[in-house]
Amino acid sequence: MAETVVNPNLEGQEPTRRDFIHIAAGAAAVGGAAMFAWPLIDQMNPAADTLALASIEFDLTKVTEGQQVTIKWRGKPVFVRYRTPAEIEAARKTPLSDLKDPQKDEDRVKPGHEQFLILVGTCTHLGCVPTFGAGEYGGWFCPCHGSVYDTSGRIRKGPAPKNLAVPDYAYLTDTRVKIG
Amino acid sequence: MSEHESTYVPKTGFERWLDTRLPIIRFAADYATIPTPKNLNYWWTFGGILALCLVIQIVTGIVLVMHYTPNADLAFASVEHIMRDVRHGWMIRYIHSNGASMFFLAVYIHMLRGLYYGSYKAPREMIWILGVVLFLLMMATAFLGYVLPWGQMSFHGAVVITNLIGSIPIVGESITTWLWGGFAVDNPTLNRFFSLHYLLPFVIAGVVVLHLWALHAAGQNNPVGILIPQEQRSRDTVPFHPYYTVKDGFAIILFLMLFAVFVFFNPNALGHADNYIPANPLVTPAHIVPEWYLLPFYAMLRAVPDKFMGVLVMFGSIGLLFVLPWLDTSKVRSMRYRPAMRWFFFIFVLVAFMLGWCGAKSPDDQLIHGITTFRLFDGDLNSYLWLSRLLTLYYFSFFLIIMPWVGLRETPLPVPESISSPVLSGHGSVPTGAVADAEKKG
Repeated sequence: MAETVVNPNLEGQEPTRRDFIHIAAGAAAVGGAAMFAWPLIDQMNPAADTLALASIEFDLTKVTEGQQVTIKWRGKPVFVRYRTPAEIEAARKTPLSDLKDPQKDEDRVKPGHEQFLILVGTCTHLGCVPTFGAGEYGGWFCPCHGSVYDTSGRIRKGPAPKNLAVPDYAYLTDTRVKIG
Repeated sequence: MSEHESTYVPKTGFERWLDTRLPIIRFAADYATIPTPKNLNYWWTFGGILALCLVIQIVTGIVLVMHYTPNADLAFASVEHIMRDVRHGWMIRYIHSNGASMFFLAVYIHMLRGLYYGSYKAPREMIWILGVVLFLLMMATAFLGYVLPWGQMSFHGAVVITNLIGSIPIVGESITTWLWGGFAVDNPTLNRFFSLHYLLPFVIAGVVVLHLWALHAAGQNNPVGILIPQEQRSRDTVPFHPYYTVKDGFAIILFLMLFAVFVFFNPNALGHADNYIPANPLVTPAHIVPEWYLLPFYAMLRAVPDKFMGVLVMFGSIGLLFVLPWLDTSKVRSMRYRPAMRWFFFIFVLVAFMLGWCGAKSPDDQLIHGITTFRLFDGDLNSYLWLSRLLTLYYFSFFLIIMPWVGLRETPLPVPESISSPVLSGHGSVPTGAVADAEKKG
């Protein structure tokens, strides 16, 4: 490294060509380092084969009334719950003002298929898998930090901020859904 | 104690040849004879113990990697292969897993020692800050390592911790996906955690070098907490070797005995039975708790009803330690001479233990069985939830209110002028009863 010698007569004067070269070289080095760093950072994002595993199909006749089947979708559990009329009734009766993340039960199921509730089975707090049928609202109870969900999968109590997520899905036939 | 005269004299022709080309023996010899305060007690032996812990973890870890497979389908079986088939594999793995616990035991004692004797105060702020960096690196490494066996606790622990990052507004979700390498904790996550678990111990070793560099630039603190005056240096210090190599050595032997009790007689006492069940993304264990050394922070996380605030509180509890040197307003380092502050310190230690206890319990469980007091906001007052909240409040008050305030209001006891003066002359103040007795006899 060369020592920088400041000529006292030049202080406060116009920038020199040498200053320009310093700045240009520094900027090129920083830009180059950033361009090289980006692939090294971005490689951690989901790979093409992970992204390809986007959708699954499920036969709803496998679930009986009052029961739930858990299937794996994108590495996460998905709950398919066949609700009883009483459970649907309980979910519909709840006033929206009682909810932390207000959403109508009707908006969480597909019309004509109100009995089937399809949800991503990870607690919106820290991602644990809530236990079916437990908790005071008859929905789910998360064993990790005590979040309680109702029979529509809406958050009622505990630290979770949001309702259990509804994945993108569509009915292929009356008894077959495609998730994702 | 930095710039002491080199006393190394090369004895052989080879040493003289080497000394002019690579003075490495001189460096080691000077390091070993560094003048060290002569009154260091056994709380000061944990630095050496921690260095040993790091070496044990690196050596056993490198050996374990020779048999472990970082793949979601094979990891669990490969750990069982280590336990059952690999020669001495069970012992090496138990040393590594219990070694993490012993490492944290030692680091907590080391930190509390620094807190009690004011080792973080000027001119030692950098030693302390680098220490906090080491503590964070240790926690990261321990977490990453805990995931590798790919048992139920490994998997769901990884889910919970990575989801903490998801609570950051706006960017949280993309960061979590980036960390996972997918839409859930899965094989890509395991692979990168393995890579980083191997990397971080060497980063720790690098920061340890800086920690020691800072230590020897500023000089070691001591139980009296005074800076040793230049003219007292020959009286108040002894060479590190043989005095402290022997003292540290003795402490290390005792520490290794405790270590061996865990490894050979109760190797799973500090772990969770659930981690001997292979990871299943569809079922979360009923009672999910982190390892014991993270429990106090876990309790603070759960004490806060809001997700993001809880995360901030948890990280803030460690972040505070970075500014600790500037929160303490007292000029006196050692709490031996701080009659009020030392009591707040002892309460702080108790609070830290109780937070750990709360972290291991279910937040809604009753503190005293069978009694329902009244509900305050979201929980009964007689619950671990509210106890955790009170304890968290004390934890933060200790640093943010008590430390600055007591430092200004407290009248400290007289501090001796040198380490030797109260013992030798009888002038200066007499710090403890033990020293006073010795004086009468001597």
